[in-house]
Amino acid sequence: MSSRTMPFRGSYTSREQVAVYDFSWKALLFIPLVALLIQIFIPVRVRYFPLIDLPFMVTIFFAVARRSPISGCLTGCIIGLTQDLFAGPSHPLGMYGIALTIIGYLASSLGAKIDTENPGSRFLITYVFFVLHEGIYYGVAHGLLRQTQVWSWSHVAVSALANAVIALFVYAFLDRFKER
Amino acid sequence: MDTFLGRYKNLVVLAAILFAQIIGLALQVRRPVQTGGETRLIRLWAISAVTPIEGAVVHAQKWAHWAWSNYAYLRGVRRENRELRAQIERMKIDEARLSEDARMARRVQTLLAFKEQYVENTIAAQVIGTSGSEQSRVLYLDKGSRDGIKTDMAVITPNGIVGKIVQVFPTSSQVLPINDQFSGVGAMLKDTRLQGILKGAQNGTTTLQYIMSDEKVEPGEEVLTSGGDRIFPKGLPVGNVVTVEPGKDLFLNIRVVPAARLDQVEEVLIVTKIMEKMPDAKDLAPIRAADILAERLPTVPTKPANAATGTSTPAGTAASPNAARPAATGAASNKPAGGAATLPGAKPTGVATTPRSTQGTTAVVAPGTAAGTAKPGATTPAKQLTGEGTTATGSIKPKATPAQSEPVSGAAPSKANPQTPLNDDTSTPPPKKAQRPPEQTPPANPDQVAKPPAAEPPQP
Repeated sequence: MSSRTMPFRGSYTSREQVAVYDFSWKALLFIPLVALLIQIFIPVRVRYFPLIDLPFMVTIFFAVARRSPISGCLTGCIIGLTQDLFAGPSHPLGMYGIALTIIGYLASSLGAKIDTENPGSRFLITYVFFVLHEGIYYGVAHGLLRQTQVWSWSHVAVSALANAVIALFVYAFLDRFKER
Repeated sequence: MDTFLGRYKNLVVLAAILFAQIIGLALQVRRPVQTGGETRLIRLWAISAVTPIEGAVVHAQKWAHWAWSNYAYLRGVRRENRELRAQIERMKIDEARLSEDARMARRVQTLLAFKEQYVENTIAAQVIGTSGSEQSRVLYLDKGSRDGIKTDMAVITPNGIVGKIVQVFPTSSQVLPINDQFSGVGAMLKDTRLQGILKGAQNGTTTLQYIMSDEKVEPGEEVLTSGGDRIFPKGLPVGNVVTVEPGKDLFLNIRVVPAARLDQVEEVLIVTKIMEKMPDAKDLAPIRAADILAERLPTVPTKPANAATGTSTPAGTAASPNAARPAATGAASNKPAGGAATLPGAKPTGVATTPRSTQGTTAVVAPGTAAGTAKPGATTPAKQLTGEGTTATGSIKPKATPAQSEPVSGAAPSKANPQTPLNDDTSTPPPKKAQRPPEQTPPANPDQVAKPPAAEPPQP
């Protein structure tokens, strides 16, 4: 509820202290749920929407804003497992869960060190983490499950670019739910 | 120990969560993931909780679209209606020709004891959701086990196949489309009849596999279901060949674009029952042209015998052997015969006579009448229609059944057999004179001219 400040511990940001935000339980519950519903529903009407990964953006947003690695990886785990539920019987539960758990942990750890309010840094974080997310998913599917996966750098680069651009608007919208 | 946990608390939590998920993955992989009938309870709960919301949103959107398109946005409906009517006329003609081909095919199949598969029952369903990711392309439908949906049912659209049901929930079901990387469909090429397996890919493309590289496959060739997967009936459209490239292991790499728009599919049909039966044996008997004409053309109600007198025009279709004889003289038959059953674009076909015309099998066909059903360009050969070598256009057997003796609409009555009314035109003046009002047409011999019946309904 209240805004807290994190003491300076080797931060790379110019500020000595970075703000830690909280969210209401409604926001914590409904924002991932709505993101997931949109992700499931919109591709019926919009052809290229599966390129966009809203649950991934929500995971990064919460992780970066709360700056707590434990809550970051828990948030990523829950959102990823929920996303796994709708991915069909050929996708075992845990593929997105593992990927988003790691992303949530890294994003919250990084959020404690750099200024994540800047649109430029948000763009870069989203771009890099999306590539990492795809890589983790590929590793889990190919390495653990022996599924046939095709890795395309160009496709991943374009998808990451699209996600990074759209994430700027999504983060700007989600900033309204922050509570200081 | 406490110090270690306190210092690396974050990493420990992360490792614990990842470890739990990996163990969960291993448990799922150890047991078959895709068991068809089995569904994990947590998936059932999650999907049952979400699909009603999606269904409500989809149906609200559909209702709004329906209200807009049916009440608010009706511009161009008249023009579209005209175009559709014209299209129906063309399709009727095509349908008549194709039905003959189908009958012939059924006869041949019966002779060869082939079994055919028919899609007997389908349920219409609405696509209400997707997996939302690029790695999985499953679709969610708003029909489930309460509607009789079961796993491994085929999902199709009028354009082509979509996929199969892989999981069924009480009010929804999950479809694995043919472009999913875990999908496989028995398919064959329409022209060459080569059979292979259509498989999806991670990027959403579909390829026809296991066609030997020494086979000749052309781009554009149509791909149909082969029926080998026991899910899709044979002969449903799958797609078209786009590119053909030599692949590895002596097989061609044939890329196929699906006939159904899998990325924008909204309504589908779930095939709930496939019937396998022998073709109907009644079609084995030869079909006469008169039977075909009697089926295709509108019937005319029978009139009293004295309703017609001897006014007849040479142009027309004869129903009795005697009736045809005087009309079988070419010049008179080229008169345009007024009446119904005129087809747009039908050329005057004149007289269709055969050497048997003296026996009454001749049909004099006026332009735009019965012979017009054999559309210019219609390729149904006469021998297929009659099986006896007579000309197809309106040839009528002497031994006519009641259905056959009912004349073709627009045909003129017979002069030689006035007791047998052919149709309502029997009592009308000849077509040329019929252009003028009856009171302005002084009959040459009023005793021989029948007055038109007063309460005669117009002919279709």
